[in-house]
Amino acid sequence: MGESKSQKSVEVNAENFSECCSCSCKNIKTILAKYGSDRVRLMDILIDIQTNVGCISKESVKEIAENLNISKVDVEQTLSFYHFFSEKPTGKYAIYLNDSAVANMMGRSDIAKALEEEVGCKFGSVTEDCQIGLFDTACIGMNDQEPSAIINQRVFTNLTKEKVKLIVNGIKNNFDVNDIQIEGYCQATHKLITSNVCSNIKKEGPILTKDMKVGDALKKVILMDPNDVIELVKQSNLRGRGGAGFPTGMKWQFCRAFKDEKHYIFCNADEGEPGTFKDRVILTERPELLFEGMAIAGYSIGSDEGILYLRYEYKYLQNYLEDVLSTLREQNLLGKDIGGKAGLNFDIRIQFGGGAYVCGEESALIESAEGKRGEPRDRPPFPVEKGYLQKPTVVNNVETLCAVTKIIHQGPKWYRSLGTLDSTGSKVMSISGDCDNPGIYEIEWGFTVNDILEMVGAKDVQAVQVGGPSGSCIASNEFKRKLAYEDLATGGSMIIIGKHRDLIKDIVMNFTDFFIEESCGSCVPCRAMTVQFKNKLEKIYRGNGVQEDIDQMLEWGKVMKMNRCGLGHTAANPILTTLKNFRELYTAKLQKTDYVSEFNLEEAVQESCAAAGRIPNLGGDHE
Amino acid sequence: MSKKIVATTSLAGCFGCHMSLLDIDERILDLIELVEFNKSPIDDIKTFTKQCDIGIIEGGCCNSENVHVLKDFRKNCKILISVGECAIMGGLPAMRNNNASITECLEEAYLNCVSVQANEEKIIPNDEELPMILDKVYPCHEIVKIDYFLPGCAPRADLIWNALVALVTGNEMDLPYEVIKFD
Amino acid sequence: MNKIKIRINDIVCRGEKGQTVLEIAKDNGIYIPTLCNYEGIKPQGSCRICTCMIGGRMMTACTTPALDGMDIVTNSDELEKFRATIVELLFAEGNHFCPTCERSGNCELQALGYRYKMMVPQFPYSFAAKDIDADNPKIMIDHNRCILCKRCIRRKKEKDNPNWFVFKKRGAKVQINIDHELTADFTDKLAQQAMDTCPVGAIIRKEKGFDVPIGERKYDKNPIGSDIEGLKE
Repeated sequence: MGESKSQKSVEVNAENFSECCSCSCKNIKTILAKYGSDRVRLMDILIDIQTNVGCISKESVKEIAENLNISKVDVEQTLSFYHFFSEKPTGKYAIYLNDSAVANMMGRSDIAKALEEEVGCKFGSVTEDCQIGLFDTACIGMNDQEPSAIINQRVFTNLTKEKVKLIVNGIKNNFDVNDIQIEGYCQATHKLITSNVCSNIKKEGPILTKDMKVGDALKKVILMDPNDVIELVKQSNLRGRGGAGFPTGMKWQFCRAFKDEKHYIFCNADEGEPGTFKDRVILTERPELLFEGMAIAGYSIGSDEGILYLRYEYKYLQNYLEDVLSTLREQNLLGKDIGGKAGLNFDIRIQFGGGAYVCGEESALIESAEGKRGEPRDRPPFPVEKGYLQKPTVVNNVETLCAVTKIIHQGPKWYRSLGTLDSTGSKVMSISGDCDNPGIYEIEWGFTVNDILEMVGAKDVQAVQVGGPSGSCIASNEFKRKLAYEDLATGGSMIIIGKHRDLIKDIVMNFTDFFIEESCGSCVPCRAMTVQFKNKLEKIYRGNGVQEDIDQMLEWGKVMKMNRCGLGHTAANPILTTLKNFRELYTAKLQKTDYVSEFNLEEAVQESCAAAGRIPNLGGDHE
Repeated sequence: MSKKIVATTSLAGCFGCHMSLLDIDERILDLIELVEFNKSPIDDIKTFTKQCDIGIIEGGCCNSENVHVLKDFRKNCKILISVGECAIMGGLPAMRNNNASITECLEEAYLNCVSVQANEEKIIPNDEELPMILDKVYPCHEIVKIDYFLPGCAPRADLIWNALVALVTGNEMDLPYEVIKFD
Repeated sequence: MNKIKIRINDIVCRGEKGQTVLEIAKDNGIYIPTLCNYEGIKPQGSCRICTCMIGGRMMTACTTPALDGMDIVTNSDELEKFRATIVELLFAEGNHFCPTCERSGNCELQALGYRYKMMVPQFPYSFAAKDIDADNPKIMIDHNRCILCKRCIRRKKEKDNPNWFVFKKRGAKVQINIDHELTADFTDKLAQQAMDTCPVGAIIRKEKGFDVPIGERKYDKNPIGSDIEGLKE
């Protein structure tokens, strides 16, 4: 445990260690002061240190703890929870290559190999000179342009071996990542966005269509009684777009009803569901629509503070979004006395996450925003009663809040005329995988899976993963189903899997690994059963499964319903939905006996024989 | 009713489970009315002389000899019972599984440990006649199919007795609270 | 009126507003198994063992406030099976060598294993590499035995003192982390308290142990929960 200072670590050259990490001490006081030494802002403090120097050293932890008057282990518990925070140096250039299923489908392994060759170190380590680190990361929301990687907050998409060469060459010449020029990338929509990420909007609908002036809806709202605004939202039948589909108006009404000195409105932009990237595009193309929706929500529930919880992967949007916010302040749509109405104050700040899928769960998101580990809370109480800092809080999805702005502008009747009776309005879908035109499609609810497959140019489809790993993997017999809360509900993504793919290996195993990695570790079935599922899955895949293994997995699946949050409830869905819809893929691999041993004597004695210097004698024992 | 034929063995165990079997006291007289022992340290029969009904396995597998014996039991017994923590989950010998590789274990035992005094040639035993050590200690059911499990360290005599009687008579097994223990 | 009535397994149970389902059940002689719950510290349903059907939904009894008229099922075959599965999962996840453990016989996890007659292993044992942290002069933390119930984390000396036990990392890698500086001057009393808070043998006082002979330990003769169920008679 106690590592002596002279000891050289494998990844980090001791000589350069100080260069990589010492500045944590230089800047740390400024960073702590910037956030008023507020314990609640621990995430921001950690993010700033990590972004500045590529790691959060033991000395930094000590200084933070002393300054915030908490224990060192308290800092460590938050620090160690998030994927992008590291106690060990991650290098001057930390390269995070997406390891999602679609990234792999699009040739990720070749890119990984190229990176290792060019950079000169393996994934999970840093070069000896402490310059470059290579790391895996879960879906970064770029499924429509994979393989992709994040390097010091800049996103590089559509990677090829050639691009890898150019990028690593730039890095080795000590270029700022933002100055690395690569031809053939699509133009960024705004000069403050340095990442060449394409928005890929393939079909605009009622939300994405630019048909209103920024601020029109908000100006209308502030002349109304907040209860009437909530009534309008209720009349529209708008339901939460994050996946759970809770009626938005009702959520607001509950929150407003809890009297307190302060209320909060959160926008959940922790778009972590692999395969989903609609929020990225909305935030890039229509951020005003979202911020206006937040202001409307704030007015309705009686809140003067909004927080956009944005995933760390989208940090490249920070400068741009801050710029949009200042423009809105200049236009008096945010800030004090909004729209000239005395005493009407509302402002928005951006809270970044640190890389944790579970923070998409609203109570975990709130915990994280409070500077803690992103562990979902027990409910009741619900956030609308006791949320951020124990105050009544509404958490809404990006798309939900955008829809609010449009509903206010065009009226609930208009909105109800779109979609189906139970699912009004539209859905912005992220489409990726084996199709000709991956990207963003805004469709009205009620479209069938077949409609979409045709729209995006998908042929020879084996399966469609609807709603990401936590959703379900469906086969062609269900392609007639309609996307709607009452039929095939979805948080908004479809991954198309062609007939040439190995569904269990390429998809199910990747998703299962994802859930193991992203569990917060609190509930036993989510933490431990996912690992058992993976082992069983691998046993079957190796061809050593028996019927009992499948029966067991089906039984284990029921236990997952005991978990506290949505992540835990759905963590076995990749296995359970493919067991339901693609059972033959599993049964084909089973042995027709009731017991198979995976024990291999030859392998088991190898090490001890080598240690003792003897040749294994497998004669009579070996079968 | 013909007697059921029982075989027993201790693999990577301490013979504690066998002791516990003998702890059924005077019921051992009833037992030999019910069963006939074949290969077992109890009667010192070294090899199977006939097909057995019940094989009682004590201990997990830590070396190639254990594996050989266990497979031999599976071949010669209709029913196999893992008796005791070691057979079920490796038990105390398996404490090496999670902390060190087998190389580290052997080096510590034969080369580095403070009590090693006479091994000047730095030899880790390597005689051809010795069983080969496995990389870890394996629960028996990971190597062959096991039909029943009787936990305990050692399993209470009553648990072993109840299980044998149930198997021999075909009646349901009596499982009072006091007999199921893991220590 | 602060008195409320709820139905547990078709039995009318009386309690007071503000009590949790678990507390009312206990007062009425109905045992709901728990692991992460500890009387006197704020509940946090993480082991999920006390999950019951409350108003038709699966919810943890330790964290759910009882409301007048609630209908609760605590002991369906399905729930009991789920609980047994969780107990077994915990045994397979850690390295639980009961015969060598000081807490054997007084261990809540083991006691639940006994209660559910855990005999046939369905999960392969992980034999995961886990450390023992013996840096503290009074206690040692054996991560092999830790079931990550967070009882030690939640039981603090006083309300606002800094955390000395916390979680570290996440998912399957999660483990208890202790602040060695803050606990360096642990008294015997606090050490004993930490050990008593632990349901298993993960927090053990140094230089003390095995003081109750086999046969006289808490769960040698009587199943866990029998004290609560005994209230009924």
